[in-house]
Amino acid sequence: MSLPLTAEHRRKVWDGSIVDVDVNIEVPGIEALFPYLEGVWIQHIREQQWPGPSTQYFYPSNMPSSVRDEWRTPDGQVAASSVGLVREHILDRLDVDYAILNCHFPVDGGPPDFSVALARAANDWLLNEWLSADSRLRASLILPGPNDPAAMAAEIDRAGPRPGFVQAFLPARSGKLYGKRLYWPVFEALERNDLVGGIHIGGGNDGLPPTSSGWPSWYVEEYVAEVQVFESQLISLLGEGTFQKFPRLRLAFLGSGFTWVPGWMWNLDRNWKGIRREVPWLKRRPFEVVRDHVRFCTAPMDGGSIAEELALTIKWLGSDDLLMYGTEYPRDHGDSLDLLIGSLIEDMRAKVMSENARDWYRLGSRGR
Amino acid sequence: MPENHRTHSRGDGKYVIGRAADVPPGVRLLVNIEGREVGIFNVDGTYRAILNRCPHRGGELCKGDVLGLVESEYPGQVTLDDSKKFIVCPWHGWEFDMETGESWYDPAYNTDPARYPPARTFDVAIEHENAPERAPREFARPANAFYIDPHAHRLAGPYTAVTLPIEVEDDYLVVSLRRPRG
Repeated sequence: MSLPLTAEHRRKVWDGSIVDVDVNIEVPGIEALFPYLEGVWIQHIREQQWPGPSTQYFYPSNMPSSVRDEWRTPDGQVAASSVGLVREHILDRLDVDYAILNCHFPVDGGPPDFSVALARAANDWLLNEWLSADSRLRASLILPGPNDPAAMAAEIDRAGPRPGFVQAFLPARSGKLYGKRLYWPVFEALERNDLVGGIHIGGGNDGLPPTSSGWPSWYVEEYVAEVQVFESQLISLLGEGTFQKFPRLRLAFLGSGFTWVPGWMWNLDRNWKGIRREVPWLKRRPFEVVRDHVRFCTAPMDGGSIAEELALTIKWLGSDDLLMYGTEYPRDHGDSLDLLIGSLIEDMRAKVMSENARDWYRLGSRGR
Repeated sequence: MPENHRTHSRGDGKYVIGRAADVPPGVRLLVNIEGREVGIFNVDGTYRAILNRCPHRGGELCKGDVLGLVESEYPGQVTLDDSKKFIVCPWHGWEFDMETGESWYDPAYNTDPARYPPARTFDVAIEHENAPERAPREFARPANAFYIDPHAHRLAGPYTAVTLPIEVEDDYLVVSLRRPRG
């Protein structure tokens, strides 16, 4: 549980600009997408009485971590499911300059054509009902797959050029590690459209467990174990040479936390020295490549509670540019704005709270 | 690799290792010169002599693999340059250019100079002038840590393995421990 994020508190702790890079929104119900779906799929949904993809499994609605107290809706409305709610809770209350919407709408399983249709509908819904409604909003594309890279790339090309889309949502639990070459068309499309690839908590609709050794028994185990998927994805992207193949590729790790990054990178840097020949495209220390191509959302802060300790971890990142502030609305990871600001040296605060994200997502430039 | 192969001092700072014909391409010897273990290599017809001590952590460098230079611009495009040979320390896999002794794994570029002091190279590792009973002394000079190999476009690392002059005289391999003049 965290202290409520109030307007007064926000101003007291941090008076500068805020860009929130991880505002999670929900499709309130599958009917919300009917205006954007072809008849055949509406009939399919009705005939099968299918309620639509659900994030219940990731975020059981009554878990305290799923929705912060002050962001729950009294009338039973699905949390984070309308522009009005995001405006009230984030844009206005926290006086946020830009908020990047990540709709974790798990369409990465099921019949392939249906997955494509749902992703297209969800992106059109995002454009018409969110991005058009408030100029402070930006969004991540929802992609079909992720076991269908051609379809993912096609949707990036179709919807990516539309105003307001700055990123594509790449579920952390993918069928194969993202460094594998089968994903090259996706990264090619991201480069082509100058979009960020946002590796975000999500995926697993095809039954992929959060750990490589299968399913844990309890929610708390899964909640904490989730980070290992991100760790594996980062190592895969580096080892397979993704950033040498796509030198303009920008990625963001969202919901992964960042306290694990220095340790993993130390380990990879050290071992790379001895086995560099195996991955000769990796000509520089892997951690340096990360600094050029990857950014990390500040949430969740993994339970750190002492600013001095967290400050040390941040120092170990070796760059002021790697962190981007995110509330991970509407989740409650126990993150504290006081702790974050207190752990950042003065020069880094504006960067983490706003500038790094503006730079990474090219916010405010070229119609973005 | 035969160990502690006996060498013969000529008394002029040079040591006779043995018949060159006994060290055909691909073969290596480990010899003992004034208490120093030195690896003698025939790399594709070129003889090399390297002190059997990795400057990183002291591993037996000369027992490592001799490998060609593997390079790549991006995955899927990989080349092997067999004309450049590196010896790879069996302890941590560090690579050393067999010609210059320069370590190459670790780009000097963008690293923390506090943690990685500039590379050092040795003019000639061992002074042998008139004190055979005294421990040999090493002379170090700082090398240009930001030297970029124009051929391989790689950046010099922080360590330099000690290489020794080796030549063939009258069909015999001769290693010099003398400091070069000048």
